[in-house]
Amino acid sequence: MSFFRQLLSNRKANIGLTLLGVFVLIATIGPYLVRDASEFLTTPLSPPDSEFWLGSTSQGQDVFAQTIVGARTSLLIGFLVGIVVVAIGATVGIAAGFFGGWVDDVLSLLTNVFLIIPGLPLAVVLAAYLEAGPVSIAFVLILTGWAWNARVIRAQTLSLRRKDFVAAAIVAGESRLRIMFFEILPNMTSLIVSGFIGATVYAIGAQVGLEFLALGDVSKVTWGTNLYWAANNQALLTESWWTIVPTGVCVALVGFALVMINFAIDEITNPRLRSEGGWKAVVRAAGVTPGFSTPVLRRGSLADSNALADSSAPALSKEAS
Amino acid sequence: MTYILRRLGFYLIAAWVSLTLNFFIPRFAPGDPASALQARFQGKLEPSAMAAMKVAFGLTDEPLHVQYFTYVKNLLRGDLGTSIAYFPAPVSEVIGKALLWTLFLAGLAVLVSFALGTLLGILTAWKRGSWLDSVAPPTFIFLGAFPYFWMAMLLLYALGFVGGWFPLLHAHSSHLSPSLSLEFIGDALYHAVLPAGSIVIASLGGWLLSMRNTMIGVLSEDYITMAQAKGLSERRVMLHYAARNALLPNVTGFGMALGFVLSGSLLTEIVFSYPGQGYLLFEAVKSQDYPLMQGLFLSITVAVLAANWLVDIAYVWLDPRTRS
Repeated sequence: MSFFRQLLSNRKANIGLTLLGVFVLIATIGPYLVRDASEFLTTPLSPPDSEFWLGSTSQGQDVFAQTIVGARTSLLIGFLVGIVVVAIGATVGIAAGFFGGWVDDVLSLLTNVFLIIPGLPLAVVLAAYLEAGPVSIAFVLILTGWAWNARVIRAQTLSLRRKDFVAAAIVAGESRLRIMFFEILPNMTSLIVSGFIGATVYAIGAQVGLEFLALGDVSKVTWGTNLYWAANNQALLTESWWTIVPTGVCVALVGFALVMINFAIDEITNPRLRSEGGWKAVVRAAGVTPGFSTPVLRRGSLADSNALADSSAPALSKEAS
Repeated sequence: MTYILRRLGFYLIAAWVSLTLNFFIPRFAPGDPASALQARFQGKLEPSAMAAMKVAFGLTDEPLHVQYFTYVKNLLRGDLGTSIAYFPAPVSEVIGKALLWTLFLAGLAVLVSFALGTLLGILTAWKRGSWLDSVAPPTFIFLGAFPYFWMAMLLLYALGFVGGWFPLLHAHSSHLSPSLSLEFIGDALYHAVLPAGSIVIASLGGWLLSMRNTMIGVLSEDYITMAQAKGLSERRVMLHYAARNALLPNVTGFGMALGFVLSGSLLTEIVFSYPGQGYLLFEAVKSQDYPLMQGLFLSITVAVLAANWLVDIAYVWLDPRTRS
């Protein structure tokens, strides 16, 4: 599919995908290569040294092992929640946009209400009543996180609904479900992918937050519980920065990688953002000040920059602004 | 005016949905607050006192719709039940004190972050390709990827603990009692620097990006070219022509993001032992104080809804089209 091919040839997407790939690899095979993450192994709170690369916790556990092992649950829950959230969002959004009328009224109202209710307090109340553990956390995150995607996808469905190919499919007598999921849905690939990425970023962050609040299963090793134990054992007062820094940096790197992929998708779907870099290079080569608007350029057309460089400056600045 | 009233109607529906959720979650969840209560006060309370407390929490054997009716009636009177952790203080009293601190901290942080982020967004879009444009967006996006509370821990460690420049915890010095004196306000602001700062750093990137993206769209409009052709000063075109029009979508996003930023600030409060809603929420989770937890959920929701309504009013003031 051309969207995925474009994604693979985008520099930002490559940075993001590589970084993400490293973390997925770590989460998959890493736990087999490190020491036991929950075992008492060395002097509590010893700073990083050559044997324990990231030091030890106040329980004498290996911080390096905990960081690696924590990646598994955190990423798994993150991606899982991302997939389910997008599936719910797409179903609700497409149904609302396609059927219109009272269906749209009800679904839109529900979506907007869930969007505006602050997620964390609701998640806390829910998680507190459920049995502590990754499954409960995933459930809570899905319930509090689906609305944004539903809203975005509904808007896109509304504009696709008016297109001729939908009208043609209706006239051809295709079933509604088929039109919704086989005609409309494939036209929103980029939106679905970016929705999945956004939901995953949210899920990883919120999961760490909930576990930091002691709402997860604190006997399991995840990024959130790592930070919970660090804070609980007064990591700051004992100046043991190595118990909080590695996990936080990992969370941020994964988030950063995912956001970079989403930027790439923005560039692919919005040609104005995409052509920015190339346009500036052309303008600079011609030795003129660029105007404000970035023209929409076809891929490859920038290679022919000599033509522009030859043209006189006033003509170019007129064209540019 | 009809726009504002219509929005108010929506917020009332949202409030009703959240109070209904609040009612049903404990009743359908596997964990039973009544037995949690029983376990917590085992042996400390006489059976009659226990029964009275269950009634106070609304955990009776009446049919569901009767319970619901009583619950709504109590809520409308401002009665959120009795806290377990702070027994026998009513939940509304426990929350009331903390709400002001949360509104102060989160409000301050959101306003500073919105203003700074929007300004940076304007500048990066205006000077595209400059060093500011190539450095600021990626930096703040990376910073924004850190969990709020983690950023708070790091700032607390570096600037408070090692550097010793800022207070480590609480919202004001213990020798001062809350008043509207200049000294107290200064002290409260001084205590808010680190917690608010960590929220600002973590949430700035979002404002920056959305403002930059809308600005880029607006800058290619004809009226910008026209304004430049008229020979208006750079600054006037940037602020009065481009930024003013690009601001509208950002204001809409402001309402959406409030709940998100507030959620983050709740966790930040815990790191700084800041006496707000977040700290209470942590206490409530630790001591399984269900009534307090649920009261906090409702009060935070109402605060977010009210803030959103204020944003709507600001929107009408900014965009003349909504007035007709």
